[in-house]
Amino acid sequence: MITFNNVSKKYGSNEVVKEASFKINPGEFVSLVGKSGAGKSTLIKMLIGEEKPSKGRVIFGQYEVNKLSNKELPELRRHMGVIFQDFRLLPKKTAYENVVFAMEVAGRPQKEIDEVTPQVLDLVGLATKKHNFIHELSGGERQRVAIARAMVNHPDVIIADEPTGNLDPINTWGIINLLMKINELGTTVILATHNKEIVNQLEKRVISMEDGKVIRDDEKGKYILV
Amino acid sequence: MFTTFYRIIKYGFQNFSRNYLVSIATILVLLLAVIVFEGLLIFGVVGQKAIDLVQDKIDISIDFRETVPEDEMLKLKSSLEGLSEVKMVEYISKDEALERFRERHPEDSDIARALEEIGDNPLRASLNIKAYNPKDYSAIAAYLNNESLSPIIEMISYNQNQLVIDRLAKIVDIGRQAGFLLTILLATVASIVSFNTILLAIYSSREEIGIMRLVGASNAFIRGPYIVIGAIYGFLAAAAGVIITIPFVYFVSPFVSVLIPEMNLWGYFIGNLFTILGYNLAFAVTIGVVSSFVVVKRYLKG
Repeated sequence: MITFNNVSKKYGSNEVVKEASFKINPGEFVSLVGKSGAGKSTLIKMLIGEEKPSKGRVIFGQYEVNKLSNKELPELRRHMGVIFQDFRLLPKKTAYENVVFAMEVAGRPQKEIDEVTPQVLDLVGLATKKHNFIHELSGGERQRVAIARAMVNHPDVIIADEPTGNLDPINTWGIINLLMKINELGTTVILATHNKEIVNQLEKRVISMEDGKVIRDDEKGKYILV
Repeated sequence: MFTTFYRIIKYGFQNFSRNYLVSIATILVLLLAVIVFEGLLIFGVVGQKAIDLVQDKIDISIDFRETVPEDEMLKLKSSLEGLSEVKMVEYISKDEALERFRERHPEDSDIARALEEIGDNPLRASLNIKAYNPKDYSAIAAYLNNESLSPIIEMISYNQNQLVIDRLAKIVDIGRQAGFLLTILLATVASIVSFNTILLAIYSSREEIGIMRLVGASNAFIRGPYIVIGAIYGFLAAAAGVIITIPFVYFVSPFVSVLIPEMNLWGYFIGNLFTILGYNLAFAVTIGVVSSFVVVKRYLKG
């Protein structure tokens, strides 16, 4: 479903991703690990089309992401749910409206939006705070809104870039459990993190990066970095 | 299609009301631009009226010789009317000239006595010629100064007043050009200031635009609400501009009448209220919509 084929990315003379190649199959839960600056976020940016690779190909399903134009990107992104460390929620909208927005841009009918949105917010544990504005929510709650928004359109893949970076341990595990649940329902999950404890407890596939290179790719792997 | 359109309109109004401080600040700046624009409109009308009045005072008159038969005078009148520069030619017969002279001096007994003593009508038949453009009087005068016409024409007023006429023509010309340049300059300044204000208003939303792109919103879906907001800014600024100008024009109108007695500014303003509102709307809504369109485009990358 997702293929990185000999992908490199340079900013000026600084090469932050070096000839990365790997495949991710449908339904997998993959942890992308590495220290800060290892190239995890750049890989994710290239997958969602925020950055173009300097070399190589990025394939997502039927799309060759590196060849998509600015106008074609929204179509690609409607097949993905993206979660970030800094949440990236629309600050002038409520939790409910943030989720609704993702459905509206995908052109979902109003009836379906009215039905599904409360269910998804209930699933992430925000049924009672759905009409709160984003600034009225805690970090953990904001990340739950982000997850609700990411999953509401039944994407092919959920991409989470350091989703627990700003959260305390209790909220961290709440978010990881939600991602596990989404994966159990059949959605591919890519989790970029440098949290060793999480990766080791998940016992899922681990792709390790160091200095822009993929140095290890283990089924049921551990966080092993020098 | 209709659902998407409805959602774009809904988000436009929602963003407008939720960013009310930014909205108010933007409308206030746009309002200043509208007032400048409206001021230029009104100044243009007053200026045009003043120029028309000056222009109306300029003409050429020719006096015919005593013995010229009337049909020859009328022949010259028609030939002048055939010139493309000539707007109007008025023929004043000897009798009519006398009548007008008496009307102008009804209580002057010396003049009445002098006319009685002369016995005969001492005035000449004449033609009053008005041109479309004051610059053309020299060409008309040249036409009349033709040798072949000297047996019938006794005097051409242009020859006496050439300097004044040419100077007035220049004043009219410069007045028009200055008005046009001033309009272009101020309208451009007002447009640039408004554009920059809208740029700053949308700049504060650039992260939101990025987030919308991340969740898969199309360019049209992102841009649409900002264009709606731009139109709302323009609509409110245009309406407020007219409302604010009403008392101002009411106050200023008597002073304008002192300077230009033929000008009823208040009557003009009220009579053309909806036209002025229409111009304001066209100006402000265009600025709002075009600025939003251009600015959002900058943030629709990546």
